[in-house]
Amino acid sequence: MANDVLRATIRDLFRFSLSFRFGSIILMIVGILLLLSFFSPFESDDRRVVPRNKPPSQEFILGTTGSGQDGFWLLTFAIRNTLMVSGVAVLIGRSIAVMVGMLTGYLGGKTDRVISSIVDSIIVIPRLPLLILIAAIMQGEMTVLSLALLLGILDWAHPSKRYRAMILSLRERDFTHTAIFSGMNALKVVVQEHLPFLIPLLLADAVAGFLWAIGVEVTLSVLGLSDLGTPSIGTLIFWGNYHHALLRRRVWILAAPIAASVLMVVGFYLVSLSLSEYLDPRTRLSRLTMEE
Amino acid sequence: MTLLKEFILPRFAQWLIVIFVGVTITFIIPRLSPVNPVTETLARMQMYQNIDPEAVQAMRATLLDLYGLEGSVLEQYVNFWKRVLKGDLGPSLASFPLSVNQLIGVSIGWTIGLLGTSILIAWTLGMTLGSLAGYYPNRWWSEGLEKSLITVYPVPYYILAFVLLMAFTFYLPIFPLIGGARGTAAFTWEYISSVLYHGFLPALSIVIGATAHRFIMAKALTTTEKSSDYVQYAQMAALPQRKILFYYVTRNTLLPQVTDLSLSLGALFGGALIAEFVFGYPGIGTTMYTAINNGDYNAIMGITLLSIVGIATASLLIDLIYPLIDPRVRYR
Repeated sequence: MANDVLRATIRDLFRFSLSFRFGSIILMIVGILLLLSFFSPFESDDRRVVPRNKPPSQEFILGTTGSGQDGFWLLTFAIRNTLMVSGVAVLIGRSIAVMVGMLTGYLGGKTDRVISSIVDSIIVIPRLPLLILIAAIMQGEMTVLSLALLLGILDWAHPSKRYRAMILSLRERDFTHTAIFSGMNALKVVVQEHLPFLIPLLLADAVAGFLWAIGVEVTLSVLGLSDLGTPSIGTLIFWGNYHHALLRRRVWILAAPIAASVLMVVGFYLVSLSLSEYLDPRTRLSRLTMEE
Repeated sequence: MTLLKEFILPRFAQWLIVIFVGVTITFIIPRLSPVNPVTETLARMQMYQNIDPEAVQAMRATLLDLYGLEGSVLEQYVNFWKRVLKGDLGPSLASFPLSVNQLIGVSIGWTIGLLGTSILIAWTLGMTLGSLAGYYPNRWWSEGLEKSLITVYPVPYYILAFVLLMAFTFYLPIFPLIGGARGTAAFTWEYISSVLYHGFLPALSIVIGATAHRFIMAKALTTTEKSSDYVQYAQMAALPQRKILFYYVTRNTLLPQVTDLSLSLGALFGGALIAEFVFGYPGIGTTMYTAINNGDYNAIMGITLLSIVGIATASLLIDLIYPLIDPRVRYR
């Protein structure tokens, strides 16, 4: 049943939403690049396996880097790592957000007030300086996983407020009362009855999380604050700048990660745009009238 | 009196809590680090010369005192607060005789000039274009504008700035690569024009990103507002479209937008780290970046603190003047 609904939704989106069509095609290209990294003839840390600093040619589609790596295969690793970092960050961040949102929204009262005011304080703390501070302190010890963890821990306050608002309105619905009267405990009500309502919101939110995490990953790496030994979109740009790729007219070293990051974020954003449009009851109404 | 008690005081308390939590976090994080700044500094000093062990001990004591690392963590915390409340952010660890206050004082002007101007321009531009595009959704210009801004919006700011830098200082060298101005500061046309010339590209990068964001928000709000009954009534009454849009619709969408504007103006004190880094602009972001590279924790903490206070104060102010902007928001 659920599968059918999902398939129908995707079919609808594909048919009616231009941005979903474009977005999903872009994301598919990104996904293929990611999968290709598993078939790379080189390891991600193999150096001097190909001639150095060769411009793009038939043999090396995206050229080669100063340390003798193939630009194309390096890019596939970079995409994989960047998406992994942001994926883990999104997962952690949204899990905390859902828990906090459900807790405050469902329990209400004093617990809600205390936790909400803490959340409000956390929201105004500027995240980028804080991240840079932590990253600077951890300098040299930052790994891909710890970066992902860090991003996740810092990205839950805003979404948790949205989930809280949603749960607040669900709590007053009849089915909640029915569930409580039939003897369900609070945890079960929230998880079984309320969580399904959150999922659409969660989907659109996850994309926003991806955008933020990719942006921060690039920013921290460019500042030299992430794990520079692991290829990612940001570290590729960092090393390109470090070796003065621009001044030495080796622009392909920088162009590939820049293009990849733009593709990634635009793909994600277009999909999220079509999703939130699809979920908005007002546009759904106008779409229904159009279909008739 | 009820106004003070029920409206102003809770918000003021929230402001205090936010700053308290922020200051505490900025205090705790450097202390979780395995790196000891005193040992680091001493190691840096002993790198090229031999120093008498007794002198090293004396220096260690002085440095501990200077960095506020003496005594237990609780004592340090209390001392840290005492200093912060006096408005003293401590000495800079990297550029020593200068204090963090002085470091910030030199660079904050550049940041306020650059960011303040571009935030205001982007806000006005995004509001106007977004409202127009939301009101006339099917015109060719509004569709074109929307498509291009939607593509620009999700691009990470660094990438946007870097591409602009590549395009306009390298391939088409019409703008300077780094710096904030040429010559000595003076109230002459020559100096002012060089400030504008140096600031143009960083400002442009900020304006593009911020305008895209504002445009998308303004368009969504206007689209919702346009379906209201009063708009249809006004249209039937044949009021001029311009008047309906700017006097009624836009005014009703103003509230969240003003909030955002005040928050981004509050965030100004954190500086535009990436913008200033990319364009080599001498603002507070660059100071922060240098501080990070030199392990200057006092400066990092000082600037972080300043930006927390900036945002918290901005959101306090906006909360307090809400009822003035929108009479529908009654304080409880």
